[in-house]
Amino acid sequence: MSFIEIVFYVFSGVMILGALGVIISRNPVHSALSLVLTFFATSGIWLLLEAEFLAITLVLVYVGAVMVLFLFVVMMLDINVTKMREGFMRFLPVGVLIALLLAVQMVLVVGPENFGFEVEQYASPERHAADYNNTEELGKVLYTEYVYPFEIASVILLVAIVAAIALTMRRRPETKYQTPGKQIMVKKEDRLRIVKMDAEKK
Amino acid sequence: MIDSIIDTALSIWGWFPLWSQLLFENLFFIVIIMVPLMLSVAYVTYAERKIIGYMQVRIGPNRVGPRGWLQPIADAVKLMFKEIIIPTNANRFLFLGAPILSIAPALAAWAVIPFNDGWVLADVNAALLYILALTSMGVYGVIVAGWASNSKYAMMGALRSAAQVVSYEIAMGFALVGVLMASSSLNLGDIISKQQGGLSSWFVWPLLPLFFVYFISGVAETNRAPFDVAEGESEIVAGFHVDYSGMAFAVFFLAEYANIILIAALTSIMFFGGWLSPFEGLVSADSLLLGNGMHWFLAKTAFFIFMFLWLRATFPRYRYDQIMRLGWKVFIPVTIVWLFVEAVMVVMQVGPWAV
Repeated sequence: MSFIEIVFYVFSGVMILGALGVIISRNPVHSALSLVLTFFATSGIWLLLEAEFLAITLVLVYVGAVMVLFLFVVMMLDINVTKMREGFMRFLPVGVLIALLLAVQMVLVVGPENFGFEVEQYASPERHAADYNNTEELGKVLYTEYVYPFEIASVILLVAIVAAIALTMRRRPETKYQTPGKQIMVKKEDRLRIVKMDAEKK
Repeated sequence: MIDSIIDTALSIWGWFPLWSQLLFENLFFIVIIMVPLMLSVAYVTYAERKIIGYMQVRIGPNRVGPRGWLQPIADAVKLMFKEIIIPTNANRFLFLGAPILSIAPALAAWAVIPFNDGWVLADVNAALLYILALTSMGVYGVIVAGWASNSKYAMMGALRSAAQVVSYEIAMGFALVGVLMASSSLNLGDIISKQQGGLSSWFVWPLLPLFFVYFISGVAETNRAPFDVAEGESEIVAGFHVDYSGMAFAVFFLAEYANIILIAALTSIMFFGGWLSPFEGLVSADSLLLGNGMHWFLAKTAFFIFMFLWLRATFPRYRYDQIMRLGWKVFIPVTIVWLFVEAVMVVMQVGPWAV
């Protein structure tokens, strides 16, 4: 077994354990942290595929931002685990059925024969030279061949941002807020009144 | 005699299989980076107390050793021998894991920092992204610590800190996009060598607003004063590490100072030419002190660490809504506008993009 294979199996093992942890652990915070671990192991496998840009972006976006907010929400919730476990046996057949369906679909869609591989023999892809730069290659493809899909995707994201802001930005009368400009403009004369008065006599 | 000793040493070295040779080599370099880093962390705490002391017309620590030089050692020894108290209702595993989550990214980021031309542990071509990803990881230590302590104060500190770090990360990332546009490379060594040509060709001049945004966001990312609401003493005692004691607390402390040094080093690399001498072109490159070299990198880093301490001694703590406003409504627009300006500069070929 070559060193790369060992690394691959270690990362895969950690990934599967992490993924199991997400669904098995009773504590939602533990589940969220297991998901973080899964992302990490996945990014390790992507690094093995010489896709360092994607690998680091996965950590940066999902681990660094999305999961932080996830954890944030999960920690604030008061989840009653026993109540959630009610009816576990009743829904088990449906769950198993859906899981099987999903697995079949995934095998059909991302199975090896769709990518021109024979099922029996996988030739490991050609390794690139040391000066291969994944970031640069991705950029070249993204801004030439796929420039329209890329732009459309970014516009859709922008619309989503605008929509989210439009939904939440409303001035409620009971919220107190300050205008920083006005705060800075305040002068001593506006607030302080010095009263001169004689000392009182007995 | 000496030759034969070296020969035997080399032949013993040759007996080891290749993978173990690589392992030893890398471990050796890691130790060479980590030991001075840990020592400088210890002495940054000393510098902080001394500098803030002098700024407030006090003397600062002066009891342990000559002029207080052994104070950080005494602190470390004391913290090591203190008991680590684990609150009864705390989540034991995460409570002890949180300090590790907080220090590991702070140390791992040093793998890609170039100290001199070619002196880098891992010459990665996506180093800038790697740094960004790892600095965003540090917040997990804080959040997990706050949650695992099972204490309201710690929880409040963790939530404040998480919101703050996530907000400032965006501005920080945009500032780094500016650096990326100027250098057209993600490799830190390449970014430095693009700044060759003395003081005037450092990136700080064409990217001045981005430099300010980056450095201030760096202060906010490390939860340092004036952005230290995560551990605001007057409101939530000590924030996320209220319940930590002994070495578990010390590891958080180490992580915070390692992050300060990291941000200072990154600022000097990305905006101030890293190991490049400001007198490049005026003096010959071979001269020992004025030429390029690691001492310039260390001097610039030390200056920015000093800036951190100076900021802490100067400014009162920000109010929470002001922090959020600064991050979202001031820094992000500034960076976006400056990215447009930079794009125009690239097209018009002015500044560092002149052909």
